[in-house]
Amino acid sequence: MLEIKNLSASIGDKEILRGVDLTVPDGEIHAIMGPNGAGKSTLSYVLSGREGYEVTGGSATYNGENILALTPEARAAAGIFLAFQYPVELPGVGNANFIRTALNAVKRARGEAELDAVAFLKLARAELKNLSMPDDMLKRNVNVGFSGGEKKRNEVLQMALLRPGLAILDETDSGLDIDALKIVSDGVNALRSPKFSALVITHYQRLLDHIVPDRVHVLSAGRIVRSGGPELALELEAHGYVGQEAA
Amino acid sequence: MTALPSRKLEAWRYTDLRSLAAISFAEAAPVAVPELPDLGLPRIVFINGAFDPVRSTPPDFLEKFSRVAEASDLPLALINAEQAQDGMTFSLPEGVDAGAILLVSYASGVAAPVALHPRHRITLGLGAKLTLIEIAMGEGVYWHNPVIDIALHASSALSHYRLQNEGQDAFHLATIRAKIAAGAAYESFSLVIGARLSRAEFHATLLGPKASTHLNAAQLLRGHQHGDFTSVVAHDAPHCGSRQTVKSVLDGPARGVFQGRIEVARAAQKTDGYQMNQALLLSPDAEMDIKPELEIFADDVKCSHGATIGALDPEQIFYLRSRGIPEDQARAMLIRAFLTEALEPVTDAAAREMFEAAIEAWWVGQ
Repeated sequence: MLEIKNLSASIGDKEILRGVDLTVPDGEIHAIMGPNGAGKSTLSYVLSGREGYEVTGGSATYNGENILALTPEARAAAGIFLAFQYPVELPGVGNANFIRTALNAVKRARGEAELDAVAFLKLARAELKNLSMPDDMLKRNVNVGFSGGEKKRNEVLQMALLRPGLAILDETDSGLDIDALKIVSDGVNALRSPKFSALVITHYQRLLDHIVPDRVHVLSAGRIVRSGGPELALELEAHGYVGQEAA
Repeated sequence: MTALPSRKLEAWRYTDLRSLAAISFAEAAPVAVPELPDLGLPRIVFINGAFDPVRSTPPDFLEKFSRVAEASDLPLALINAEQAQDGMTFSLPEGVDAGAILLVSYASGVAAPVALHPRHRITLGLGAKLTLIEIAMGEGVYWHNPVIDIALHASSALSHYRLQNEGQDAFHLATIRAKIAAGAAYESFSLVIGARLSRAEFHATLLGPKASTHLNAAQLLRGHQHGDFTSVVAHDAPHCGSRQTVKSVLDGPARGVFQGRIEVARAAQKTDGYQMNQALLLSPDAEMDIKPELEIFADDVKCSHGATIGALDPEQIFYLRSRGIPEDQARAMLIRAFLTEALEPVTDAAAREMFEAAIEAWWVGQ
């Protein structure tokens, strides 16, 4: 379970999060919506441990552990996965080597047996098939020359192989056509289980047609200003974010 | 002895030899020699600049050393010519494929500083083929000043792999000159890890149509190391190609230099030249000096060059760490990825393994 209490964070002198309260129980998918500049991406970066963000107050725990004190790699080992809004290109690093190194690093941190190259490829190919992705995705350099849709699919592939307990999807729908959106959504839905939870950050309602959330929260000016069921997303789509701050 | 070049010479502007000039060298005396690598290949060994018949398993076509006059005005080559006592002379007849051979130079300046000036000559006849793997190593204070003269006759091919892994107090100043005839190929990759101060100066001259060269290198330097890679590629004939990818990784106050000149003569139409130089600075104290020069007298040529100097990208490090990869390992992955492109043309399995092991050891020594 992810529990965020009164979380405040800033970049330099600029306060972005101003007391976020949010609880995501295991097995649930929560959506965070909100206008540009509300702090959606900041929240995902603070939870995943990116440098340059200073937590100025409050707490965030996952399964009772204070995650804000952990390195990014320790958070990954604890089961947290961030699907990037803009996945990073790594020229010279093969995708298969990258994902296997990540998987084995996580396994090592958890005291599990590592996978050799053959066992990994078998697993990865099976996962590619599940996700209707081509095999050559593993042979290319990480995200280099990938289209926007391919980059997002690669994020989903990594997520499927790393099997996180908590996935944070930061505007994963941006730049996706309808086919890619479906593949990405199917990937997330395939992970649904009583042990899996997700925080889906999005600007638009259309992703939530495919990944149906248990709860929808509106983040505005660094605070959760409204929460509700999936119908809240539809209402926001119809009426926009105007006036949500005052609600 | 011809004087060492000073920084007043444009070609030596970024590499200061005063620390070398301050050393007085003794006559080389017998030294204890550790186990030397053999890579399972025919091996030619030089100890303190002298051929060692005991440790060598010489290949065929090795000839007796003989002195030659120095035709150039390169100061280090002149000094070498004055001092040279020995060297490898290797001539492959027409059509022979000699596989791979290994040249190991070991020097010891532990008892007293020594200077070695070997002069190696490699000639490949029409259509001949050779892979030369060269390892330079040693300990103590010494100056290794080899000159390697390479003559490639038409359609011959030399793959030349150099591992400069000299002792940490050593000076390594190498001059490598390749004359490349029509259709011949000179492919080289150098890995620079050792020496307190080093410079490898390549002069590749493309003499006949469709001659080609690759001059690739990687320098991994830390502490007070200084590494200089200087090259002059002369396109003297039409339809020739030259490609260069040189990468430097600098940590601590290390300093790297790259000077690369491409000269395209009036007759060298349809030249295809490419030069890329990139440096990764791992510390705020590291310094890289890059001087690319293109001198083009022909009008129908393709020549491009690029140079970048940067640090590891924090976005890339965070991306790897967010996937569970510890920071040290993430940095190592990105540095290896940075070097990949320069290593790509190393197709010989033994050479590739040697370079990868040396890079790994450099990383572990971090």
